[in-house]
Amino acid sequence: MTFTVEETGRELVLDASGHATLMQVAVEADVPGIVGECGGEMTCGTCHVHVESTPAGYTAARSHDEEDMLEVVDAPAPGSRLACQLPVTPAVAGLRLRVPAPS
Amino acid sequence: MSTHRADVVVVGAGHAGVQLAVALATSAGPRGVLLLGAESGLPYERPPLTKKLLVGSDQPVPVPLRSAAYWDRSPVTLRTGTRVVSVDPDARTVGTDAGETIGYRDLVWATGGRAARCGLPGEDLRGVHSIRDLADLTALRRQLAGGAAARAVVVGGGYVGLEVAAGLRQLGLAVTLVEVAPRLLARVTGTVVSAAFTALHRRRGVDVRLGTAVTRLRADGDRVAGVVLADGTELAADVVVVGVGMRPEVDALLAAGARGDTGGVDVDEQCRTSLPGVLAVGDCARQANPWSATGAAMRVESVHNAGLHAAAAARALTGRLPAGPVPPRFWSTQYGVELRTVGLSAGDDEQVLRGDPATGSFSVAYLRGGRLAALDTVDRPRDFARGQALVAAAWQPTRAELIDPDTDLPRLQPAGTSVT
Ligand SMILES: Cc1cc2nc3c(=O)[nH]c(=O)nc-3n(C[C@H](O)[C@H](O)[C@H](O)COP(=O)(O)OP(=O)(O)OC[C@H]3O[C@@H](n4cnc5c(N)ncnc54)[C@H](O)[C@@H]3O)c2cc1C
Ligand code: FES
Repeated sequence: MTFTVEETGRELVLDASGHATLMQVAVEADVPGIVGECGGEMTCGTCHVHVESTPAGYTAARSHDEEDMLEVVDAPAPGSRLACQLPVTPAVAGLRLRVPAPS
Repeated sequence: MSTHRADVVVVGAGHAGVQLAVALATSAGPRGVLLLGAESGLPYERPPLTKKLLVGSDQPVPVPLRSAAYWDRSPVTLRTGTRVVSVDPDARTVGTDAGETIGYRDLVWATGGRAARCGLPGEDLRGVHSIRDLADLTALRRQLAGGAAARAVVVGGGYVGLEVAAGLRQLGLAVTLVEVAPRLLARVTGTVVSAAFTALHRRRGVDVRLGTAVTRLRADGDRVAGVVLADGTELAADVVVVGVGMRPEVDALLAAGARGDTGGVDVDEQCRTSLPGVLAVGDCARQANPWSATGAAMRVESVHNAGLHAAAAARALTGRLPAGPVPPRFWSTQYGVELRTVGLSAGDDEQVLRGDPATGSFSVAYLRGGRLAALDTVDRPRDFARGQALVAAAWQPTRAELIDPDTDLPRLQPAGTSVT
């Protein structure tokens, strides 16, 4: 799977195996802009990403709690997600995410 | 013993220390970052100790902040099982419990604290616990695993005491909670939320005793057998958990001459102490707080604050300007009920209730001078999400904007985003 970091323009291709969520994948890889402060409790919004393209077979619906949190993150976009709510599944390999630059 | 040097030595591998070490990993300088932690094992998340790890498996497995593989490849050198016992600010060295001397250019004190005790006769008996770290939880779980413990007394009705009471109920123990103040959570919230959580715990079968102090613990041999209250009441107990706050771990820094006292080490906006080249972050650091009623210096105990301090210290050490202030936020989970708070409610002059506590989902807005100072939310995630920007902007609501629970709070962009 691929993270594009808007602030630096860098593209990071990461191996998600061994992790439960994409927040963990990003934190373990020191992806700039992803902190994961609340450990996935959906209280911090510090794992906000834009999903750029979703591979066939990868689904993860937004819960109401996630939508509430996404309303108030910096740089919201139609593809906004909390990475802590995106599970690692076998279909995750083709996923492309963008980390929005801080305003 | 050999003498080591690092550009940045971080003492304490908890939430703040790890966040800071990671932030400086590649920018500290040629000698890098050395992260020293007193606990053994990988640095882990503290909040789950009194939440899912308390009710989960008998042998609690902590949630690591970073994996072992992460530390293997990180430029940060992590050394666990090492306690710093002294600081020499002139030589710029620290001494460890193994007798080693380590030199630093910059030192960051990130030691959190120890669980406070009441200082009561009998508090060192077997069966008396407090929960600050994994070893504490493991000891409690080990006693409970035997199955012989049926009656518990929890001393203290703050976040930790209440989470422990909830967990012990869920494990099937009979639980009495004793709080000396006239209400629960008195330090952190108003009367409406206190009453709601008292009712929640009573509904779940906790015997909540308010306005009563424990005066001593009764022993059976070297084991605790019960507690005695100020009015003479005796409560039998197989296990006692004392949750009366924490004492910052700052003795070595104070001995080195840093300004502060047993209530914390004083730091400025950039988390610098009064000693050159020494910073302090997280639970042990006392800092002027623009969100409090008086702006007075205080310690804030939360993962969020640990992250803010770590970011502020990392900016200071890499020559960047401080970021703007962000209101503090807190969360607690009891029986699956989420209490989430933004801002500091103490010193409010008006409280407005949104919704009906009897429904289990409500918020309380705390105003100072007509401006939103804090918001407590109970199972109302949208209020919490929107409240952060509203407290940050010191929003001046009308009563109508606040009171109707079916009308959402207005949405402001988060702090730091320009509002036109
Ligand atoms: C049971 C419990 C539940 C909590 N729940 C929540 C919650 O739900 N939400 C929330 O926001 N906050 C919660 N908190 C508070 C939160 O965990 C703390 O605010 C946070 O951990 C502070 O981070 P810190 O790095 O300052 O200290 P810590 O995380 O405590 O880390 C300090 C570390 O330094 C080590 N150390 C101490 N002295 C030395 C020394 N001399 N040399 C070397 N190492 C040393 C300690 O062993 C410890 O590992 C909870 C705390 C506890 C105890
Ligand atoms: S990690 Fe906090 S919201 Fe995702």
